[in-house]
Formats: sequence, C-alpha cells, structure tokens
Amino acid sequence: MLSTVAERMYWLARYLERVENTARLVGVYHKLLLDLPNGVDITWYNLIILNSAESTFNERYKNRDERNVLKFMLFDEQSGSTLSAAKMLRENVRTSRDVLASEVWECVNELYLYIRDNTQQGLLRRPRYEFIDGIIKSCQQLNGLLSDTTNHDDGWQFIKLGKNLERADMTTRILDAGVSLLLPSSDDIGVNLHQVVWGHVLRSLSADLSYRRTVRTRIGGAEVISFLLEDEFFPRTLRYCHNRIVESVYKLPRQKAVLAQLEAMGPFEFNAASDDEIDQRFRDHINELQIQFAGLHQCFYDNWFAIGQA
Amino acid sequence: MSIDWHNYDAGCFFDELISSPGHARLPARRLVSHLGRLDSDEIQMRREMAQATIEQMGVTFTVYTEEGNIDRAWPFDIIPRIISAKQWATLDLGLKQRLKALNFFIDDVYHDQNIVKDGIFPAHILTDSKNFRPECQGVSPPFGVWANICGTDLVRDDSGKFYVLEDNLRVPSGVAYMLENRSITKRVLPELFENDRILPINEYPSKLFDTLAALSPRKIKKPEIVVLTPGIYNSAYFEHAFLAQQMGVELVEGRDLQVSDDKVYMRTIAGLEQVDVIYRRIDDMFLDPECFDKNSVLGVPGLMRAWRAGNVALANAPGAGVADDKVVYAFVPQMIEYYLNEAPIIDNVKTWLCFEPDQRAYVLDNLESLVVKPANESGGYGMLIGPHSTKRQRNNFVRLIKANPRNYIAQPTLNLSVSPTLIDGADLEPRHLDLRPFILQADDIYVTTGGLTRVAMERGSLVVNSSQGGGSKDTWIVDTEVRR
Repeated sequence: MLSTVAERMYWLARYLERVENTARLVGVYHKLLLDLPNGVDITWYNLIILNSAESTFNERYKNRDERNVLKFMLFDEQSGSTLSAAKMLRENVRTSRDVLASEVWECVNELYLYIRDNTQQGLLRRPRYEFIDGIIKSCQQLNGLLSDTTNHDDGWQFIKLGKNLERADMTTRILDAGVSLLLPSSDDIGVNLHQVVWGHVLRSLSADLSYRRTVRTRIGGAEVISFLLEDEFFPRTLRYCHNRIVESVYKLPRQKAVLAQLEAMGPFEFNAASDDEIDQRFRDHINELQIQFAGLHQCFYDNWFAIGQA
Repeated sequence: MSIDWHNYDAGCFFDELISSPGHARLPARRLVSHLGRLDSDEIQMRREMAQATIEQMGVTFTVYTEEGNIDRAWPFDIIPRIISAKQWATLDLGLKQRLKALNFFIDDVYHDQNIVKDGIFPAHILTDSKNFRPECQGVSPPFGVWANICGTDLVRDDSGKFYVLEDNLRVPSGVAYMLENRSITKRVLPELFENDRILPINEYPSKLFDTLAALSPRKIKKPEIVVLTPGIYNSAYFEHAFLAQQMGVELVEGRDLQVSDDKVYMRTIAGLEQVDVIYRRIDDMFLDPECFDKNSVLGVPGLMRAWRAGNVALANAPGAGVADDKVVYAFVPQMIEYYLNEAPIIDNVKTWLCFEPDQRAYVLDNLESLVVKPANESGGYGMLIGPHSTKRQRNNFVRLIKANPRNYIAQPTLNLSVSPTLIDGADLEPRHLDLRPFILQADDIYVTTGGLTRVAMERGSLVVNSSQGGGSKDTWIVDTEVRR
C-alpha cells in the first residue's frame, strides 16, 4: 500500500472520529447546562477553554455567548469545528476514492453538506439536539460502511490506528473537560455538581451503561477516571484503544520500532483516594498521556508515511 | 404540460433524434414517445433526480478562476443522444483505422522518417513542432504503439455526415464522465433500459486495464500498474481517481514515485516496490524535471531514463503528442493511404494550413466565415470563431497568423448537429454537440461503444468544452435490427 494512501486512511479515520467527538462534546454541554441550577458559573465559553482554543476564538469573536461558541464549535471554517473536520474528512476521502467504496464518498459528502446546510438547526436551541444526533448517526453509519465495504487489509489497519489514536486523545480531553469544570467552583456546590459533571462525562462517551455494569457503584470522579483510563472492554478507554493499536500494528509490515514505542507507553492508571485528590496532579497526568499519544503519532509518521523521503 | 414534439424544431441543423417536427428517427422512437408521455412535473422530477445523483456521487470537474479553484457539479442533460448500431459499426472501423495510422506515423517520425523521405509529409512541420521530442528518437515502445489511449472528436454537419474534428493523443479526458452519464441515466430513465436495446459501455475500465497490462516490460503475472495524476487540483482529477478505482490499481502522484538504477519504484508502507506501467495523466513537459521542465514538482526525476532503458512503460508514450498537432491532423488522410494503403473511412474537416502561402491568403481574406485554431492548444482555448467574432478580434488574429503561420489552421464554420436539450423552465431546445469516442491500442485495438457527448448549453453556441460552460449527455448506441 502506498505510504500516502496509508496516511490518508489514517487521517480520514482521525477526522471522522473528531467530527463525532466534537458533536458529542457539544451535545453533552447542551444537556449539562439544562441540568445545572442557576448561579453555577459554567458557561458555553468553557467549551472553548477545554479545546485550548481561546486565542483562535477571541481573534474571531467578541462575545463569548452561546451563539458564538456554537458557531465556533460546529461551523467555523478554520477551527477544529465539526464542519472543518468534516471538510478535512471529505478531502481525505476525496483523494482516496481509488481505495474506498463509492458509498463511503457519497456518505461523507452527505455528512459534509448536512453540517454545512443546517447552520440554523445547530444554533437554535430547539432543533439542536436533533441536529447533533444527526451528525453522530452519520458518523456511525460511516464507521459501519468503512468496516463492511473496505478490504480488511493494511489500509483498514491504518483506519483503525487513526480511529483509536484520535479516540484515546479525545477521551483524555473529555476527562480534562470534566476536571476543569470542577476545579474552580468545587467548594460552592459540592457533591451534587460532581455527580452531574461526571455523569455527563460518561454520557458524552456513551459509557454510562457500561460503567454501571462494570463498576457497579455510584458515579464518582475517581471511579470514572479509573474506568475511562483502564477498562479493557469499553471501546473508548485509553487501555482499550492502546490494545487495539497494538493489535493493528502487529498486522502491518515493518512494525518493530512502533511496537517498542507502544510498549514504553503508560502507565495509564491514576490513583486517587477521593474526589478531592483529582486535582492539578491529575491534569498533569492527562497532559503526559496526551504527549505520549502525540509521540506515537510521530512514530507512525516516521515509520510508514515518510518512506524514502530523505 | 408535457413535451410537444411538434413544437420542437431544429431549423436548418441536422438533429440527432428528430427527422422533422413530430417525427423521431428510428433508434430514438421509443425515447421520444416515452418523453412525450411524461408530464412536466415528472420531467422536472427526473431532472432534479439527475442533479441530486450527480451531487451525491460527487461527479465534479474543477474550474480555475481568479477566486481559486471551484469544484463544479457536472452539467448534464437527461435526454440522451442516440446513434444506430449500424452507423456506429462504420465509425468504429474508421476510428480504429485512424489510430493505427497515427501510431505508424509517430513510430516512423521517431525512427527513419520514411514519410518525410517519401515526400508525403513536409520535414519543416516536425522541426517546428512544439510536441516533437528529440529525447524520444530511437525509442521503441511495445507493439510500436505510442498513443495507447486516444480521444477522437467527431462532429456532424447539416447533412448528418460524420467528420473527425481532432485527435487527442496526449492525455485525453472525459471517459469517466461517459461512464457516469450512463449510471445517472440508468437511475433517471430506468424504464427505457428494459425495452430498448441500448448497447452497454461498462467494459471500458477492464479494456483499459488489459491495454496497460500488455505494456509491462516485466513479463510477470501481476504487473504493477499505476495511474499518475498531477493531483487533486487538476480539472480531471475526478477521472483519474475513478479510473484507478475501477481498474483496482494505485493512484499516485509524482512524490509517490522515485527512480533508482533506471527503475521506477513507489513508496509503500512495506518499502519500495517496482512499478511496471504508468498510465500518466501529466503532460510531457512535467513528466521528468531532469529532462523537461526543470521546475516541475508534478513529475518524477529520472522517469525518462527509466522509460528509455525499457524498464517502465508510459502510456501514452512521451512524444505521442507530435500527432496531436492540428497541422499534422491535416495529413491524417494521406497517412492512412501511406501506411495502411486504405481510403479513410471517416473524413477530416476541410482544413487550410496557414504556412502554405495560397491557403494563408484565403484564410486571411475569409476570417469572418472561418474557425481559426492554434495548432497545439486543447480545451477550446485560443480559437477564433469567425462568424461570432468582432473586428478587433479578427485583426488580432491577422497579426497572430502572420507572425507564426505554422501555428495556425483554419476550418469552415460547421453547422454542427443539434439534439433536443432541456433548458431551465423545462423548455426543449436544440443545442449543438459533438462526440468523443475513446480508442485503446496495444496488442489489440478497441473503441468505446459511443463516447462522451458534449453539449454547448448556450443557445447557438458551438463551444462544448466543459471548462467553458459546456454540458453533456449520455450517448446511446441502439440496435434496431434485433427482434425481441
């Protein structure tokens, strides 16, 4: 398989995952804000902070209100919005049409047009949930199409690498999102806010059911963190994504250096006796994991995508 | 209101579907009566369906504008253009005859130049040819064939007679649109495919694959074949990807390839793999910065070395464009006689060569009624269409022709045939069109069943190029002689 094609497979999977996860993040926020009592100092602008996008946002928008944040997260042409990720996804699929089934292209095209043409649905409160749900469903349809119409050859392994790496990274971001909501205001509202926030963190990853069945306890920060970092069976945890990456790498040619790097990663677990210990130390841990996954990406690049380039 | 065929009048032009108002030609009868039975809502619905299909399938072509590149949806008219199978059989023979002669000519030009020595073809045309590549002299591509893929443009005059307008031997495009037009029509007018005997066209990708595979220098079971594209900003990128996908071969850009020891390799995740055949969709000048344009980043350094060493096949072969010259075109009838000892089956359009003093004088005196074309442009650029021109444009061409007579030819303004076309508002109007069949030659020779019909969408316009607002139609070759 051509290095450039492998690279596009990898990136299209990353962008697809990014579209879906960004939509999920907005969806969770939409619901979270409906749940919180008045006076809790959580605004839409937090979404921008979570994505480390303050400077880009402030360059383009003055008011930090709901409408502008949603515009930025869903429809901005340049930022990491669902629209811009869908555009990059489309571009990667467009340039890979020789290896993908034509239905994949049609479906990606529809997803892109759906986001582009339904700005009002995303900005207005009433139709918003349905709009976001539409994006997530399209992404899942695409994942199904890719899985069922693409050859499960090397290209498929690169799709899985991209998907799992992006997913792991996004899970760390959503965890970080949860913590950042709690840190400044945890004194005021206490346990109630903790429950609400961690509950939404789980739901944003469609992990609530799995969490309950696996952990069998109330929703608490330490438990949620341990579940999302270490569970072996839920498909969005770091451990799970890491294991799938290892599996894919085993099936690819010239994998030695990558395997070595994968083995050196971790530890994923973070030990906190209580919710109070989920503090800056945890955010540093998350940060370290994000750096490790970024290093893994570089390793993929050097090993497979930059072949023959002096 | 539905289509009233009695109100449709092609005037003095030859109409592809209608012989006189209200009377359809034999192969078009079922189509015409079927369309007559649909009401205007139904017709509008089918048009919208075609449009939606095009958008959904992402059939686009890229147009270069000052604001950047625009990906435009493919302009398509749902009413097909129809030719009888019997008439097609003759054209099929004529197109094969023509490409064989052209390939003999190219091979001759890069070897002994017998056609020049025998006084049939003037030597100075070669010396002054923009597309004659001295780098190609003495090279012998497989089967002596230089142009493996040819797109020949056919037009009809007001009597309905077919002529060859030009041969595209460099990197002819359009075949993917021909195939997609058929897929769209099958979705939009499925009922007609049940009853009419419309000959299928979908074997093209496998014929192309066989043609390319036959060129492989390594006689191995699975030669490595690639389609070389300039990239996603090329106007025909859609087609490059489409063909690679249909053939199941890699679509590569220059940066995916490298040459070492005069062999071509592609960069893969497993390391470097040798490439045997390159279907290149890049012009000669950009193929190899070592040999041609030094600044080209689209090509592959060393590619020409590898080709000359016989380690890789290029289709079309570099230098094949020498026969793409419109001055050379004028000599194709003589080539057919010279190399094949046959009479041409399809005629050329009458052509005046501006380097001949007598003919130039005639051209300069009659600019108002002629079409003047530069010898080596494609895409309909740099032309003068006399009857539609201003005095200023004509004066400009007088200057151009006098400055470089070798570079210009003139042809009569043909009364191109028309075909009924749906124009916004569901009115049916005649529009001019041409036809580009595709011919493949390696060990075998093959012609597509029909080709790409291009339509000038503006009333009275003769410009069918998609880069200049042309549209297209599906092309049906209908067999009327088989009883069901």
